[in-house]
Amino acid sequence: MTIQEATYPGGVITQEQTSTRRDITRSSQYSKSSQDRFARKLGWFSIGLGAAEIMIPGTLGKMIGVRNHRRLMRSMGLREIAAGVGLLSQNRPADWMWTRVGGDMLDLALLGAAFSSDRSRKAPLAVATAAVAGITVLDMLCTRQLAQAIYKDVHVLESIGVNRPVEECYRFWRDFERLPGFMHHLESVRETQNGRSHWVAKAPAGMKIEWDAELTQDIPNQRIAWRSLEDAVIQSAGHVQFDRAPGGRGSIIRVSIHYKPPAGEIGAMVAKVFGEEPSMQVKQDLRKFKQMLETGEIPTTKGQPSGREALQTSTTRNGGRL
Amino acid sequence: MKANCWFGTEDLRVVDVPDPKILNPRDAIIKVTSTAICGSDLHLYDGYIPTMQKGDILGHEFMGEVVELGSAVKNLRVGDRVVVPFPIACGSCFACERQMYSLCENSNPNAWMAEKMWGHSPAGLFGYSHLVGGYAGGQAQYVRVPFADIGPLKVPDGLSDEQVLFLSDILPTGYMAAENCSITPGDTIAVWGCGPVGLFAIKSAFLLGAERVIAIDRIPERLRLAREKAGAETIDYEEQDVRDTLNEMTGGRGPDACIDAVGMEAHMPGPLYAYDRIKQALMLETDRPMALRQAIMACRNGGILSVPGVYGGFLDKFPFGSIMNRSITVKTGQTHAHRYMKPLLERIQNGEIDPTFIITHRLPLEEAPNAYKMFRDKQDECVKVVLKPHDGVSGNGSPRYAGM
Repeated sequence: MTIQEATYPGGVITQEQTSTRRDITRSSQYSKSSQDRFARKLGWFSIGLGAAEIMIPGTLGKMIGVRNHRRLMRSMGLREIAAGVGLLSQNRPADWMWTRVGGDMLDLALLGAAFSSDRSRKAPLAVATAAVAGITVLDMLCTRQLAQAIYKDVHVLESIGVNRPVEECYRFWRDFERLPGFMHHLESVRETQNGRSHWVAKAPAGMKIEWDAELTQDIPNQRIAWRSLEDAVIQSAGHVQFDRAPGGRGSIIRVSIHYKPPAGEIGAMVAKVFGEEPSMQVKQDLRKFKQMLETGEIPTTKGQPSGREALQTSTTRNGGRL
Repeated sequence: MKANCWFGTEDLRVVDVPDPKILNPRDAIIKVTSTAICGSDLHLYDGYIPTMQKGDILGHEFMGEVVELGSAVKNLRVGDRVVVPFPIACGSCFACERQMYSLCENSNPNAWMAEKMWGHSPAGLFGYSHLVGGYAGGQAQYVRVPFADIGPLKVPDGLSDEQVLFLSDILPTGYMAAENCSITPGDTIAVWGCGPVGLFAIKSAFLLGAERVIAIDRIPERLRLAREKAGAETIDYEEQDVRDTLNEMTGGRGPDACIDAVGMEAHMPGPLYAYDRIKQALMLETDRPMALRQAIMACRNGGILSVPGVYGGFLDKFPFGSIMNRSITVKTGQTHAHRYMKPLLERIQNGEIDPTFIITHRLPLEEAPNAYKMFRDKQDECVKVVLKPHDGVSGNGSPRYAGM
C-alpha cells in the first residue's frame, strides 16, 4: 500500500490544476453514504432470513427443494443473524459485510452439494441458487464501495505567498521539529538519522498516531519531499515546493500532503484528525507558517477578556434597561 | 476592569471583565484614558454587522498610557502616552510594506471567515466583529494592543487627549477620503453625511486644494458645523432635490468627486427608502445604499467616487452601469490609519486642523449604552461622544495594574 506522491509542474498553477484540487478535496471528505444505508438494509435482510431459518427450517427447506437438513439450516440461520446484528450495530459496516460475502459463498457451496444429491428437487434448487448468486453480487458490490467510502485518501494541495526570501522559508520548513509549531494536527516531529524522522499526530480523546518517515527529496531552497516508511501504520507522503515570487515579492509556497488512512480503528481516527475540510486545515497551517516568518508570532485572541463570563453570573445592566 | 460589551442588537452593558494580558511578544497593554464612539459602532449597535458574539468588548477609537509591554516591543516604554490606530497591522507583510495597513495579511486570526464572506481577508480591527478578528476593543479601562511596535503613535507633551484622540480613526478616515479624490485646482467635492468623518473629509478636501465643498445632510446642527466650522456649502436633502441642486451648482456637469461618508444605514425621503429598509430588515440585502447610489449618479463624467462609509456585504440596485459608461473611478477601503497619523499629528501641532470642534459630549464609560442611543438617534445635538473610562470610578478599576 505505498502511495505515489502526486507531482506537479513547479510553475504557475493553471486553471485545470485548481479544479483538480477542488475535486480531490471534495472526494476526501468522509460522509455517511448511500452505501452505509444499503449495508443497513442488508443487515435487516440477514436477521429476517436467519430468523426464518431457525424457526421454520422445514418449510424453508421444502421451498428451496432440500429436505432433512434442519440442524444445518438452523446453524446457517444463526450465522445470518450474527452478520445482521454486526452490520446494524457497528460503525464500520465494511468489516461485517465480509461476513455476509463469506456466508454467501458457503450458501452457494452447500447449494452446489445439494444439486449432486439425488434426494433434492432440482427446479426449486435452481431458483434458490440464482437468488443467492444475485445477493452475493449485491453484497460484494456494497462491500467494495463501503471500503472505498470509509478509507478514502486525504489529499490536499494548498499554497501561500510569504514575504520572505525562499532561502529563509526553506530553512524554516527543513527544520522538521518546528513543523508542530504551525501544523495543527502534529504533536511532534523528531529527526532520527539518515534523513528519517518520527512523526506523532494528535488524535481525538488524547490518542496519538505515530509513524516514521524518510526524506525522498531535499533540494535546498526549492523542494522537500517525504514519505512514510513501508511498515508505517499510516501511509503518508508530501512535498513542499519553494518558488521565488516575481518582482521581489518573496516566495510562493506550495504544499501537497497525502495521507492514506489504513483500515480499521486508525483509519477512523485519521479521518477525525483531518476533520470535514482537510484543505482548510492545511490552509490554516500555511497561514501560521507565514505569520511566524513574517511577524515572528501567531496572532491570536485566545485569552483576551470579554463579557461572556458576566453572562453566567449576574450582570450590572446599564442603558436604562434595569 | 470595566468594559462596554455588546450583548445583542441595542443591548450594550458596561460589565466587569477580566483584565487583558500580554498574549504575544509584540503586544502592549494600554490604560485607556479617552475613547470615542464611532459612527461605524452604530452598525454593531443596530445589529447589521454579522459575526458579533455576546460579550464582545466594543471600541476602536482609543488612546492612553502604556502599562505593560511584550518582550519584543522595543520602541515603547511603560508610561508612554499613545494613540492607537484602529486597524491591527504587522508592518512586514506585502500589504503593510505598501502602506495598506488595513489590509494586513497577518492580523486577522479569523481570516477564513472573512474569505468566505469577501473572497480575501482584510486586517483585524479592534472591537469590530469576529469577521475581522474578534479583538477586544478599547471602550474599556484597559486594552491589549497586538503589534504594538507598529501601530501606537507617541503623543508629544502639551497636546491634550481630545486634540489627538481622533488620529485613531475618524481624522485619518476623513483625510483618506479626500486624498482618494485626487483633488486638482478648481475641483468641487460633494460630501454625503456631515457626521465626524464627513466633517473631517470637508476640512481635508480644502487642505488638499479643493475650490468648493458641498455637504449633504438633514440634521441642522451638523449642516451648521459643515458651514461654520468646515467652510462647506450645504444641501438639506429633505428640503432640496440633491441632484438638481448639485447640477445647478456645477453648471450641469456634477461634482468632480463624491464622498459617501454615510455607509450602510443611509436614510432618504421617499419610497426607495422603504424598499431598502424592508429588504435589509428581512436580510434580503445587508446594506441600504441610498447615499451611495445618489453619489454615483451625481458624479461628473470621469469623476471619482470615494467611499469611507462602511458597507458589509451585498447591495441591491447598484448602478454599476453608470460607473462603467461614465468612466467613474471608485476608491474605498478601511482607512490605512498608520499612514496618516504622523502627518496629521503635525498638522494638528501646526494649528492647520483642530479636531476638537466635533466633540459634543464627554461622559464616563458607564454611560456608554445611553450614549450610543443618543448618538444613533441624534438626540441632544449629538455629533461625537468621548468616553472617559477612569472618571467617576473609585481607584483605577484594576487590581492587576493598581498603582499605575
